[in-house]
Amino acid sequence: MTFLSYFISGLSLGSIYAIIALGYTMVYGIAKMLNFAHGDVIMVGSYICFFAVSRWNLPPVVGVLLAMILCTVLGVTIERLAYKPLRSAPSLSVLITAIGISYFLQNAAQLLWTSNPKVFPSVVGDGSVKFFDGRLSISVITIVTIATCVVIMVALTWFTSKTRMGKAMRACSEDKGAAQLMGISVNHTISVTFAIGSALAAIAGVLLSSAYPTLMPTTGSMPGIKAFTSAVFGGIGSIPGAMLGGILLGIIEIFSKGYISTQLSDAIVFAVLIVILLVKPTGLLGKQITEKV
Amino acid sequence: MKKTLSIMLSMLLLLGVLAGCNNAGSSSASAPGGSEGGQPAAPSATAFKIGGTGPLTGGAAIYGIAAQNGAQIAVEEINAMGGIQFELKYEDDEHDAEKAVNAYNKLKDWGVQISLGSVTSTPAVATSAETFADRIFALTPSASAAAVVEGKDNVYQMCFTDPNQGSASTQYIFDKKLGNKIAVIYKNDDVYSKGIYDTFTAKAKELGLEIVSATTFTEDSQTDFSVQLTEAKNNGADLVFLPIYYTPASLIFQQAKAMDYFPKYFGVDGMDGILALEGFDTSLAEDVMLLTPFNADATDDLTVNFVKKYQEAYGEIPNQFAADGYDCVYAIKQALEAAGCTPDMSAADICEKLVATFPTITFNGLTGDDVTWAPTGEVSKSPKGMIIQNGAYVGMD
Amino acid sequence: MKRIGKRLRSNLVIYGLVVVTYVVLQMVMGSGHISSSLQGQLVPICVYVVMAVSLNLTIGVLGELSLGHAGFMSVGAFTGVVACIALEGIISLGAVRMAVSMLIGAACAALAGVLIGIPVLRLSGDYLAIVTLAFGEIIKNIINCLYVGIDHRGLRISFLTSAAALELAEGGRVIIDGPMGISGIKKLSTFTMGFALILITLFIVLNLIYSRSGRAIMALRDNRIAAESVGIPATKYKMMAFVTSAALAGAAGTLYALNYSTVTAAKFNFNTSILILVFVVLGGLGNILGSIIAATVLTILPEMLRQFNDYRMLVYAVVLILVMLATNNDDFKGLLYQIRGKILARNGTKGKEGAVNE
Repeated sequence: MTFLSYFISGLSLGSIYAIIALGYTMVYGIAKMLNFAHGDVIMVGSYICFFAVSRWNLPPVVGVLLAMILCTVLGVTIERLAYKPLRSAPSLSVLITAIGISYFLQNAAQLLWTSNPKVFPSVVGDGSVKFFDGRLSISVITIVTIATCVVIMVALTWFTSKTRMGKAMRACSEDKGAAQLMGISVNHTISVTFAIGSALAAIAGVLLSSAYPTLMPTTGSMPGIKAFTSAVFGGIGSIPGAMLGGILLGIIEIFSKGYISTQLSDAIVFAVLIVILLVKPTGLLGKQITEKV
Repeated sequence: MKKTLSIMLSMLLLLGVLAGCNNAGSSSASAPGGSEGGQPAAPSATAFKIGGTGPLTGGAAIYGIAAQNGAQIAVEEINAMGGIQFELKYEDDEHDAEKAVNAYNKLKDWGVQISLGSVTSTPAVATSAETFADRIFALTPSASAAAVVEGKDNVYQMCFTDPNQGSASTQYIFDKKLGNKIAVIYKNDDVYSKGIYDTFTAKAKELGLEIVSATTFTEDSQTDFSVQLTEAKNNGADLVFLPIYYTPASLIFQQAKAMDYFPKYFGVDGMDGILALEGFDTSLAEDVMLLTPFNADATDDLTVNFVKKYQEAYGEIPNQFAADGYDCVYAIKQALEAAGCTPDMSAADICEKLVATFPTITFNGLTGDDVTWAPTGEVSKSPKGMIIQNGAYVGMD
Repeated sequence: MKRIGKRLRSNLVIYGLVVVTYVVLQMVMGSGHISSSLQGQLVPICVYVVMAVSLNLTIGVLGELSLGHAGFMSVGAFTGVVACIALEGIISLGAVRMAVSMLIGAACAALAGVLIGIPVLRLSGDYLAIVTLAFGEIIKNIINCLYVGIDHRGLRISFLTSAAALELAEGGRVIIDGPMGISGIKKLSTFTMGFALILITLFIVLNLIYSRSGRAIMALRDNRIAAESVGIPATKYKMMAFVTSAALAGAAGTLYALNYSTVTAAKFNFNTSILILVFVVLGGLGNILGSIIAATVLTILPEMLRQFNDYRMLVYAVVLILVMLATNNDDFKGLLYQIRGKILARNGTKGKEGAVNE
């Protein structure tokens, strides 16, 4: 029974990592950049939803939609001002810019909304489904998160493989130059990718804050790093990989806490990660690229 | 080629920085006394310059800003009274020892005469070593680690040391028979939390209290507590001791409720503030007990006045860090008056007088009545046992 | 012959700049016209310069992204301080004891480098970056659970317990106290020690870059397959660069820890690794002089921004973004080329140094 309840805890933690990792991997897959500011866009999304629901008493659905719209605007603005001028720059310069954006968002959030933590309202509902006379319970938020993850994963996979824009995205990720020659606007495609990634960040923010409802300007940074880890774990760039990586990371984290040691759980999680990457050097579902000689 | 460019750009930046540096140097040199040879600048004649460092940005900013605000209110009150005048300056240390020493040096250039140390423990250990070497008197509002005052005659604490809080908590639980099987959840990478935990367990062993589960979390994993709570529940713990701050504690209450686990909770002064958490369902914290020197709901004139002023100025309910900051300034004022210091004295002279005076004064403030200090720098005051009922603190004694 | 001359000159520029800066600062300090603020930053600047130069060896010269450089610094800091305290009774002269401690710190960090180097060599790109990140987190977590004390029986180590479990004899002393780290460190680091470490670092790194091994490492960076096909053993040379980089970071860690009275594992987190990465990228990959300047400027900059009070870190972020945008902007580059062209025209051949290894 303890095993099952740990498993479910792992699943709920993992589903949160997974939903953040989806946004990460999406942007990485197309734009080939590690968007370290992703976690902070998530934080902004959570704050917007918090203000909409708690302060202005709007219905939760409106709050979530508002967060998605404003995050999309924010994401596109960041992309336009900070990333677009660096399209031809080395990837590390873009990485540093993303870190700059991350600092900027955190500090701006602190100035705007103070560093006092706020408790996120229950947007999703906080009941739970119980089994075995209440000895095992799954919270509604976990079910919603996993369902959302699956929906987003399927939708993104469909989008990138079937639609015109999706095909353009894959073309850009394969070879920017060739895509340009085929009449695809690379700049526009990447901007759209960021818009989608930011909207996903808003959803992830709402779900993250619903599951763990203390909201601070630094709320997004640690889940951001964990999600980045999950995305690499699953094979960065792979959409199902991000989801698998996130959920596995959550389960490993909870199991190492439960069965080995709470003190060493961080070290164990990362050690498992290293071991898995040793066996599968491109992550669980990553593409095995054979080098041409 | 690009490398040459970046070098040139960096050079430009360096020039800018150096220019800024020169400006700073010349402006402080033109100030009365000036700063020479890294020595503290000579004091101005009218007001005592007091300064402290604390996290004003970053994840720990809430503590630093609160202490700064509390001290600011005290300074404004004192200045309005006439008599001793203060000039207060807080510098940001980002809760980092290196930045704290930088911030402290900045205060030295400004001409600080009395230091408010640092707000958080790790930076405070670093700055207290500097104040000791520079012979500047320091009274830290809230840095509670034992290492802050250890071996430094001119560094004093306004708050309890962590070991004191740990053993006081055990004693309290034992005396009031609050629980038979105790679980502890503490933050393993936090000086404060671990410090309390260590003495708590040592004292529990001495008194024969049974600790059935001790689990941890870290800065990187302070969201999910299901494992820690499951372990406490499976081991039949009826009291959960939480030597942690209120932010993770609020998550623990919520997650315990979700798994139908309702033990008694016992917290320490870091728990104070949980009721002021915006949007927090206070029914989750019903019957939570805590030992804290300050509570914002107290009805004595001093507290009511302070809370009112704080809310007017900053729009929030003050926490214990704000109260500690406020008390620090008043304690320093009392000691300065008792020692007969004047603002034109050097930092080192003030330091010697205060070191001699501080153990002799008895101070009444927000965080305790009849507060005294040992010559080691440790404070002696009695913590108040509080219990949360209907969303408000109620005294337990 | 001409190549050697050019290389020698570019190296001399680097050494010269460092030595001149040191001498000027010493003179300024001697005359007492230096603010406490700047004086307090001298040792950390030296530390970050060494960190940046050593990370540049991994990123710029070897061409692998590392996100866990602070982990090596951490290993060096903790082992160095433990060594320093343990040697207190044996070596009485502070400077010598510190030098020995730095050597021990460097050796332990090098050992960690070998351990982490084994998996690193199998991976590349972002997967490698994540393994280094993971390593940094593991180190942090392990030191948080580590207790080390010393008494007349020697060093005592305990894991996952508390300081009491060390069972120190009378007169013993707890050195590493888990999450509390080490406190009560006697400050031994001086600007001169830092300066010496920079010179040693430069000597090692520049000699490595311009040696036969260095050319092999760069060949691996530029085209691994081609390099291996001409018989360059990839593992050996990658390891050489990685371990050297780790060892230097370890020495810098000891220097850092001995400059403050306390050191905790939490300091050496992901953010510190990123900070050093920023120095390297801003200074230019593979550009040693650039790393030195960027580390210096970006260490002083946040202190210079203190007048902005609450907006300080916001301004810092904006500066960081603007600098990244400016260095990659064509118009701005054009402007710099023009300025450079004018200087070149005036000085003839003198402007030909600069790019260390393009």
